Amino acid sequence: MPLTPVDTTPTESPDREYVWTLNFGPQHPATHTTLRLVLTLDGEKVLNAVPYIGYLHSGFEKLGEHLDFNQYVTIVDRMNYLSPLANEIAWHHAVEKLLGIELTPRCRYLRTILAELMRMHDHLLNLGTTALDLGGFTAFLYFFQQREHIYDIVELASGQRFHTSYTRVGGVLFDVNMDWIHRVRKFVREFPKVYHEVDRLLTKNRIFVDRTRGIGYLSREDAINFSAAGPVARASGIERDLRRDEPYLAYADLDFDVVCSRGGDCYARYLVRMQELLESLKIIEQAVENIPGGSVNIGVESDMVLPAKPAVYRSIEGLIQHFEVIMPNRGYTVPREQVYAATESPNGELGFYIVGNAETRAYRARTRPPSFIHFSMFPHLIRNHQLSDVVAVLGSINIIAAELDR
Amino acid sequence: MPDISVLKAAFSAEIAESTFRDNRRIDVPSAVVFDVLSSLKNDHGFNTLIDLTAVDWLEYEGAVDRFSVIYLLLNMDSGERLIVRTPVNLPNPQLQSVYALWRGADWMEREVFDMFGIVFNGHPDLRRILMPEEFDAFPLRKDYPLKGRGERHNFPVITRSGS
Repeated sequence: MPLTPVDTTPTESPDREYVWTLNFGPQHPATHTTLRLVLTLDGEKVLNAVPYIGYLHSGFEKLGEHLDFNQYVTIVDRMNYLSPLANEIAWHHAVEKLLGIELTPRCRYLRTILAELMRMHDHLLNLGTTALDLGGFTAFLYFFQQREHIYDIVELASGQRFHTSYTRVGGVLFDVNMDWIHRVRKFVREFPKVYHEVDRLLTKNRIFVDRTRGIGYLSREDAINFSAAGPVARASGIERDLRRDEPYLAYADLDFDVVCSRGGDCYARYLVRMQELLESLKIIEQAVENIPGGSVNIGVESDMVLPAKPAVYRSIEGLIQHFEVIMPNRGYTVPREQVYAATESPNGELGFYIVGNAETRAYRARTRPPSFIHFSMFPHLIRNHQLSDVVAVLGSINIIAAELDR
Repeated sequence: MPDISVLKAAFSAEIAESTFRDNRRIDVPSAVVFDVLSSLKNDHGFNTLIDLTAVDWLEYEGAVDRFSVIYLLLNMDSGERLIVRTPVNLPNPQLQSVYALWRGADWMEREVFDMFGIVFNGHPDLRRILMPEEFDAFPLRKDYPLKGRGERHNFPVITRSGS
């Protein structure tokens, strides 16, 4: 009796008994954070994924309406906790735009260095854990060792390793000293060695490339339609980087390239992030060698900036100025206006829409969270891939649940 | 640079333009906002919806409308930005969904619905996104207190002496 070939293509029968459901998360080591996916599977093929989020929702935007411009940095710190200082810089960038503050050159350079260190911080963790999820443990350890050096640099500047709360309206908490400059120089000198080691470990690694190339493809049209930004958009061929297109801080003075790829898959996003590490290093090197002298904060005559601590403790004028800024019934005039300002955070465009209401706190403090916007396209990216590709795609769009849920 | 007079001529509605710092804004009545956005996307090159959010004006001195829904648009090719604002009012706050124009609006509209209770007609899946399904208030409205309303009343209060 001749064998008849069996048709193995899934039929769209109404019962679809072969389809099963897998609950991925909310607490699963490979999601790294608290998020939940309900996957509809045909064998190991993902037919559909429905994300359920909100497990970490803690009302950050509501808190932003009750804390003043300086107090709220402690909250924005906790949004994208891989790069806390980048959030602080974005928040105060928006506040300073609302208030019309022009920063001092030293502050602009200092914030640029810190923002780029945070970009490296974020990319190092993202690349490391992506490799970890796909089975490459070594790269993860190499990159985490480098993150420790960045923690040390940030601690030396702000006194905190993680949630730094370092920026203030019109400046930063403390100025940095020469020891800090030397520490940054040392990091810039030593980082390329580790970078090239990891590059050799991963970029042409057969297993890593097979697990990421062609997975989670996002076309340029879809990236625009889904409002993607940052490395995810640049890996899909969108040439847009706010550092170049809408220069803020000291980026207009510095020389760097915008990294793009036409690949659109997880491997392209990996390559873009890897290359951005080197671009960030280039920016840090230029900025740290050209950091201007002078005051790091704007002058106290603007009435908006906190005076230096020695002035507060040793002079009556400094104490009065401190009270004028801190006390809720004093404060300075804030325009009754609305403003949107964005920075290129490691994850994409991080913007704040602030409504001012003549108080030193925001009437409305809306965050444009890149993770939230990128995660909404996850079902589109994962459809028709294998179950094991879920972690590759999750890693490549860098979902931070604290920022996702705020 | 989108010519505001072209839009005015096309929609014959009260479209006001203003600028603050480098933000260009247009205020559009809610009846025509979908058509204006559609025209901005298709005829003026604003192909990206950067963000969609809302503001509750309840405690804002001199405010006329209860809510504003704000669309932040970007022309990806020229890098130009435009903010479109439209008023929405109680008792029936609703707008037409822009999901048909940008798929990125999916979760943004769900968040605005979740936080402010503004209904987007034509949205394919308008559910709560951050708050639990059974939550029955809209937390970012100004009449909702910071400490919540009734969510914590079941938790026992532990005092220092009783611990």
